[in-house]
Amino acid sequence: MKLTSWGRYPVIESEIQAPVTPSELRSRFTAAASIPCIPRGTGRSYGDSALAPHAISSRFLNHITGFDETTGVLRCGAGVTLAELLDLFVPRGWFLYSTPGTKLISVGGAIASDVHGKSHHLEGCFSNNIIELTLMLGDGEIVSCSSETHPELFHATCGGMGLTGVILDATFKLRPIKSAHIRETTFKAHNLDEALTLIEAHEDTTYSVAWIDCLSTGSRLGRSLLMTGEFIEDGRLDLKRGQPLAVPFDMPGFLLNRYTVTAFNTVYYHRVRQDRSEHIIHFDPFFYPLDSIHDWNRIYGKGGFTQYQFVIPKEAGREGMAAILSRIAESGRGSFLAVLKAFGKGNDNYLSFPMEGYTLALDFKIDQGLFPFLAELDHIVLDYGGRLYLSKDVRMSESTFKRGYPQWEAFQEVRHRYGADRVFRSLQSDRLGL
Amino acid sequence: MQKILIIGATSAIAEATARLFAARGDRMHLLARNHERLETMAKDLKIRGAESVTFDAFDVNDFDRHPALLDAASVVMEGIDIALIAHGTLPDQKACEADFLWTLKEVNTNAVGTISLLTDLANRFERKQQGVIAVISSVAGDRGRQSNYVYGAAKAAITVFLQGLRNRLHKSGVKVLTIKPGFVDTPMTADFPKGLLWAQPERIAKDILKAISASRDVVYTPWFWWPVMVLIRSIPEPIFKRLSL
Repeated sequence: MKLTSWGRYPVIESEIQAPVTPSELRSRFTAAASIPCIPRGTGRSYGDSALAPHAISSRFLNHITGFDETTGVLRCGAGVTLAELLDLFVPRGWFLYSTPGTKLISVGGAIASDVHGKSHHLEGCFSNNIIELTLMLGDGEIVSCSSETHPELFHATCGGMGLTGVILDATFKLRPIKSAHIRETTFKAHNLDEALTLIEAHEDTTYSVAWIDCLSTGSRLGRSLLMTGEFIEDGRLDLKRGQPLAVPFDMPGFLLNRYTVTAFNTVYYHRVRQDRSEHIIHFDPFFYPLDSIHDWNRIYGKGGFTQYQFVIPKEAGREGMAAILSRIAESGRGSFLAVLKAFGKGNDNYLSFPMEGYTLALDFKIDQGLFPFLAELDHIVLDYGGRLYLSKDVRMSESTFKRGYPQWEAFQEVRHRYGADRVFRSLQSDRLGL
Repeated sequence: MQKILIIGATSAIAEATARLFAARGDRMHLLARNHERLETMAKDLKIRGAESVTFDAFDVNDFDRHPALLDAASVVMEGIDIALIAHGTLPDQKACEADFLWTLKEVNTNAVGTISLLTDLANRFERKQQGVIAVISSVAGDRGRQSNYVYGAAKAAITVFLQGLRNRLHKSGVKVLTIKPGFVDTPMTADFPKGLLWAQPERIAKDILKAISASRDVVYTPWFWWPVMVLIRSIPEPIFKRLSL
C-alpha cells in the first residue's frame, strides 16, 4: 500500500506487517531470506525515517503489562501511544517525564527518536527515564537492554531510528502530578537578544519554549513569545474533553506565502499585550496545541512539507542563531510554526539529537528551491558545530549527517555486531550511508 | 460493575471494546485461541481499570467443550450480564471455491461454532430472564457477492439466527444485539490500502458500547454502512449478478 509519514513527502509503495505477538514477528526473521524492513509507530516522524519497502507496524503491540502505583514505573508495548497513557494515568495522578509537542506518537517511536520536550534543559530526553527496553534483533532473538545490561545496544537503540531492531516494549518512570493544570507565563521578547536572555533567566522553570517570528528583520529579528510553565497542585486531575477539529482536505499550497505568514505572525505576536502575563492552562493545550487540529499537515497542500530542526552549541549561541535567522528572514520562506528552545546537556546515545545549546524548528512547504536553500542552511549549522534532527529530516546529505553526528561509526559498529545493519533499513538510513 | 463474557476476545474489535469495559471497572472473562495473547490482554485490562479479568484458551470448533467453558465463565464471574461474541476468520474465498473442506472449516468457525455458543447462552439467559447477547456479524452477510460469499453466507446465517433468537427472547427480557461492522483496520488488513470507508477498531468499539446501553437490536458501524447496505440490497438481482463486487 501507499505509505508516507507526517510531512507527506515522499510517498512510497510499502508492504506493512502488523504483528500481534512477538512470536508472530519472530517468524519473519527466522525465515531463510529475511527481507530488510523498518519498524514504524504512528508515522509521526516528518520525513523518511519510518519509510521502507517493508515496514513493521507496532500498532498491535499495544498492551500495558505492568504498573506500580507507588513508584509510577510502567511497562508497556511499543505501540502504546503517549495519548493513551495520558488518558489512563493523568486521572490517577501521573504524567510523562519527557513529552514532545504531540502525544499522538508511540512509545517505540519516542525511544527510536529519543524525543525531547519543553523540559529538556532540566530533564533530558525520553530515554532518560527508561529503566529497560526489550528489542527483537535481526535474527529473531529477544534482548533486554538498559544503561547497565547491553549498554551499547541500549545507547544505539535510543535515538537509533529503528535501525537496531524492533522495540517490543519498554519500562519507564512516570512523573507524579497533583494537577492536570499548569501555570503558564508568557514573556514578550522584542528581539533575539531579549529572547535568549529571558530563556536563560528562566532556566529553573521546568517547561520552557519560545515561539519565534522568523520573518521579522532588522531590530526586530527574532522577536518571540517565551512560554514557561509549571504544574500547579490544585488536585484537579481532569482530562480535556471535546472532539478535535480537523482539516478535511488538502489546502491549496499557494495559501501559505510570505504575506499570509507575515500577517499571521504579526497578529500572533501582538495578540499578547503585556511583557509578562500569566494564566492557568490545562496540560493538553499547553503541551499539545496542534493535536487539537487533526491532519493539520494538510494546510501545506498536496506536495507535503518538512520541518527543519537544528541545534547549535551554546558557545555559538547568539551569533549562530542570528546568522541563521537572518538568512531565513531574507529568503522570505515563511514558517508560522517556528519554535526556539534551549537544550540542556546531551546524553550518551550515539544518535540522540539534543546537545547543550539552542534548537530552532521551522516548517517549510516543499517546493522547488527549498532543498537547495536548506542545504545552504546546513552549511551554516555545521560551521557553528551544530546538527539536524533525524526525525524531522527528509533530505540532508550523507556528509551533513556524518559531520553532525561524529558517533555514527560507533553506532554502525554496534548495529553490525548485533546483525542489524542488513536487516533494518529505511529510506533515510540508505540516504545517510548507514 | 457488569460481568462480561467476551468470546474471540483477542480480535481487534473485541479487544478495543474490552478496554472500554475495563475503563468502567467491569468484570471480564475472556475466551480465545491464543494463551500468550490472553495472558497479555488480561494484564493490560486489569491495569486499565477492570475489576478482575480471567480467561480460558479454547478452540471455537471444539463444540463439545462449549457448555463446560460457559459454566466455568459463569462460576468465575458469579454470573454473566453481557456476552459479546466476536470471534471470526476472514476466509480465503478462492481456496474455499476450490476445496469444500476449506469452506466447511470456515463455516464451522464463523457460523456453526457461534450457533453452538448461542444455543447454550440463550438458554442460560432465558432462565435468568435478563442479560445482553451481542454478536459481531458483518455487512458482508447482507448480500452475497462473488468476492467473499462464503464469509457472507456464514454471517448471513448468524444474522438470521439472531433475528429468531431476539424474537424468542424478547418476552424474557433478554436483549439480542446484531453488530454489523464494515471495513475495519485490523492486523489481518494491515497491508490493505485504506480509503474513507475504513474504520478503526476503537470506533467500532464505541458504537458497540453505545448500542448495548441503548438496547439496540441491530447496529451498523460506522453508521454510514446502513444507507450503503440499503442501497446494495435494493439492486435487483438481474442487475446485481452482472456487477463485479
